[in-house]
Amino acid sequence: MSVPTQGSGMTWVGRSIRRLEDPALVAGQGHFTADLQAAHWVRFVRSPVASGRIDRIGVPPNANVITAADLAGVKPIKPMLHKFSYVPVAQPVLAADVVRFVGEVVAAVVAASKEEAEDIADRVEIEIVPLTAVTDARRALAAGAPVVHPEAPGNVIVEGRIKTPDFDATRASAHTLIQFEAHSRRQNATPLEARAGHTAYDGATGRVTLTCTTQMPHLTRTAIADVLGMPESDLRVIAPDVGGGFGQKMSLTPEYVILVWLARRLRSSVAWTEDRRENLMAGFHSRDQVITLEGAFDKDARLTALSADIIANVGAYSCFPTTCGVEPLMAMAELPGPYQAQAYDCVSRGVVTHTCPMGPYRGVSRPVITFALERLMDKAAARFGIEPIEIRRRNLIDRFPYKSATGLTFDEASYRQTLEMAVEHIDLPAFRARQKQARAEGRYLGIGFSTFSERTGYGSPAFAARGMEITPGWENVEITMDPSGLVEARIGSSPHGQGLRTTLAQIIADEIGVEPRQIRVVHGDTDRAPYGWGTFASRSLVIAGGASLIAAQKLRTKLLKIASHLLEASAADIVLEGGMAKVSGTDRSLPIATMARQAYYQTHRFNGEIDPGLTEIGAYDPAGTFSNACHVAIVQVDIETGHVAIEKFLVAEDAGRIINPMIADGQVHGGIAQGIGNALLEEIVYSDTGDILTSTLADYLPPTAREVPVIELHHMETYSDASITKAKGVGEGGAIGAPAAVINAINDALAPFNIEIDEIPATPRKIRATLRSAMEKRA
Amino acid sequence: MTGKVAITLNINGRDHAISVEPRRTLADAIRENCGQTGTHIGCEHGVCGACTVIVGDDPVRSCLMFAAQADGVPIRTVEGLAKGDTLHPLQRAFMDHHGLQCGFCTPGFLMLATAVLEREPNITDDDLLDVLASNLCRCTGYQNIIKAVRAAAAEMRA
Repeated sequence: MSVPTQGSGMTWVGRSIRRLEDPALVAGQGHFTADLQAAHWVRFVRSPVASGRIDRIGVPPNANVITAADLAGVKPIKPMLHKFSYVPVAQPVLAADVVRFVGEVVAAVVAASKEEAEDIADRVEIEIVPLTAVTDARRALAAGAPVVHPEAPGNVIVEGRIKTPDFDATRASAHTLIQFEAHSRRQNATPLEARAGHTAYDGATGRVTLTCTTQMPHLTRTAIADVLGMPESDLRVIAPDVGGGFGQKMSLTPEYVILVWLARRLRSSVAWTEDRRENLMAGFHSRDQVITLEGAFDKDARLTALSADIIANVGAYSCFPTTCGVEPLMAMAELPGPYQAQAYDCVSRGVVTHTCPMGPYRGVSRPVITFALERLMDKAAARFGIEPIEIRRRNLIDRFPYKSATGLTFDEASYRQTLEMAVEHIDLPAFRARQKQARAEGRYLGIGFSTFSERTGYGSPAFAARGMEITPGWENVEITMDPSGLVEARIGSSPHGQGLRTTLAQIIADEIGVEPRQIRVVHGDTDRAPYGWGTFASRSLVIAGGASLIAAQKLRTKLLKIASHLLEASAADIVLEGGMAKVSGTDRSLPIATMARQAYYQTHRFNGEIDPGLTEIGAYDPAGTFSNACHVAIVQVDIETGHVAIEKFLVAEDAGRIINPMIADGQVHGGIAQGIGNALLEEIVYSDTGDILTSTLADYLPPTAREVPVIELHHMETYSDASITKAKGVGEGGAIGAPAAVINAINDALAPFNIEIDEIPATPRKIRATLRSAMEKRA
Repeated sequence: MTGKVAITLNINGRDHAISVEPRRTLADAIRENCGQTGTHIGCEHGVCGACTVIVGDDPVRSCLMFAAQADGVPIRTVEGLAKGDTLHPLQRAFMDHHGLQCGFCTPGFLMLATAVLEREPNITDDDLLDVLASNLCRCTGYQNIIKAVRAAAAEMRA
């Protein structure tokens, strides 16, 4: 069932209520990690060379400098996959004998102030014998390339292959084959708050509290306890207010391990605040991929077979917990996207190089595969002489459930409807007329479409398919109503800007008849919240939301039982609303707060039929669902400068039931802004010797308010049984769809020059170079 | 560089007599010496604007200024925007229009917009866009920040 979005009347769900997070944040009263003071400050000394053997580390006299030699008994970070020819590689917490990327931590300086630590770090002498580095994945695959890890002599550490039995025959009978290479350069998620960590030692218990900028507090605890060989219960991890993550703050960083180790050794407090240069060098990169793609089409422009060779540059190490398989394997599993191609042949490899390790970043691979696949559709449309919207109409999935070539089950969605919704608001014939007119005047306008699926809210079965040693997925939520009638929901998810305290409160409020402001959502503290997997992969609203609903339903059942006793009415006749339990059709009612007191203080009145207290637990582990959208970009390309101005950006989006439209729109806006940055501006550049050339925000360019246009948003809501709240998740879609729409629009604008740009970002320099070479060829 | 200088930072009307190294940035002094942690540091090289505070009447990037340079000059930070429990129109507008997500860049945007709207209450939409393009936000995609600042500007003019 697909319905246009509307507020849902009397319920809290569906309303754009103001966020419960905001009053503190707009007043400067948020609590961020770097706000904490410490007795000791750490400055990390990082490798200035990409590949080399450490000869000597010279420490200034009287300085407290920790090196690998001090860390006896500390295990390396070594995540594991049990499938896909995965070669486990170890990342030492401090580089021991060799360094493998510029920015790798070699030593930790401990001093009484930040400044002093930085001064000492400047005087630490690292002597490294440089070895030949390899930064490009294709070069790393070539015979005789430098070997990054001896365990993987060919530099491939994960490799997947899918080939459907009908592939060869289907391809052989194709009417048209289209082949090309799509490149995505390397990017950095760039949360505005870089990483930071603070550890405090409690002399009474011997416990350490690590406060840090993580998206996964529980898993951070598990991982560090494991690496340091300490009981998990001796470590408390707190994720306070976290200034954006976008995936970068999921993976375990060696820096946090050192901070915990130091707090135990010094029996004191220790802090580290990452600077922007460190973040751009060593704070995880992503999206560095080359995809060689071939589409086989029948005579009616229907995509019948798809083949791909995917090379993902995963950097020097494999990130914990997802492993570096996260990009190449997700690309392989989801490349066919929302199109009906059933014949598929794909090889996907993760290749190690002497560069910063790759970690998940909003959309994980899907911005790249969507860009590649949407380029394919536009190229095919041009070949068949039909409009881009027409080829999508012919190929989009329209029957559900749909089983994909890679075995994924697509639940009910609105791929075609969102395309038509977008088309309705664009007026394509009018645009084509305007485009023609503009071209005649030497102005180059283009339109680009991107239709895609966003796999969201997947639980442990989906992660298990990857063979992960640590298989995330489920969430637990504990809801307690206290004797005053106020509600606390403790969640294992760990939001950092998504507004989950508000949206979960809306879901819970509707079940138990109180207002969202009476519900406090507690997260990001392993001592307070139940074990959970954190916030990533567009999962929290679906999974923690589902678990919240289940727990709230249980609490509701209990409250109705109590009300039934106290009001002497059947539970079926009682409604909970407006803070009251009311007997329908009568004037009998009771404040929920009064019932809460009774549940704790008057339990003897319930004749042993109702357990004392008001705490319920909900658990949810869904198979997953798919949100979907159509993005449309209209751009103008200045052929003299290569500058791209986005004139209009339109979205028709379906993320199932919208819990809070204001928050959902904000997620889409933010994702699109990142997608525009990925498409036009953002590129981490290494020199051939592995030096990083983009280590400031004047070189690595997130978009500003000038580059992000007004975004016109239209919603549909498909209610699928794959999510018990009917909410499908909306965190990544903006980032997934936008690069493809923008690049398709640039190509449409430049069609008169017979050139194709199949690379992100399409910087002015790149566009100019492509135009120049086309003009030289023509001349 | 261990010699310290004694200075007084006047933040939101309150004097903080502190002793800092001459190289200490205003951002670090506000946060660490004066304990006003609402001002955030995002890049320490003057690009992101998260650390924007108002010094005198000017919005400045406090990571690019030494604390000693602000000795005795009135400084305003996000903690001083509200009057008691009454939020500044910009603070309210950011909440009403969902102009923040993680909230890390928010103090910088609020102080930037405050200084500019005080100086230029009738600023055009296009000039306002130029001003707001001087700070970075990674969460919101800017649309709601722009909406919020326009709404607050209208309210402040009324």
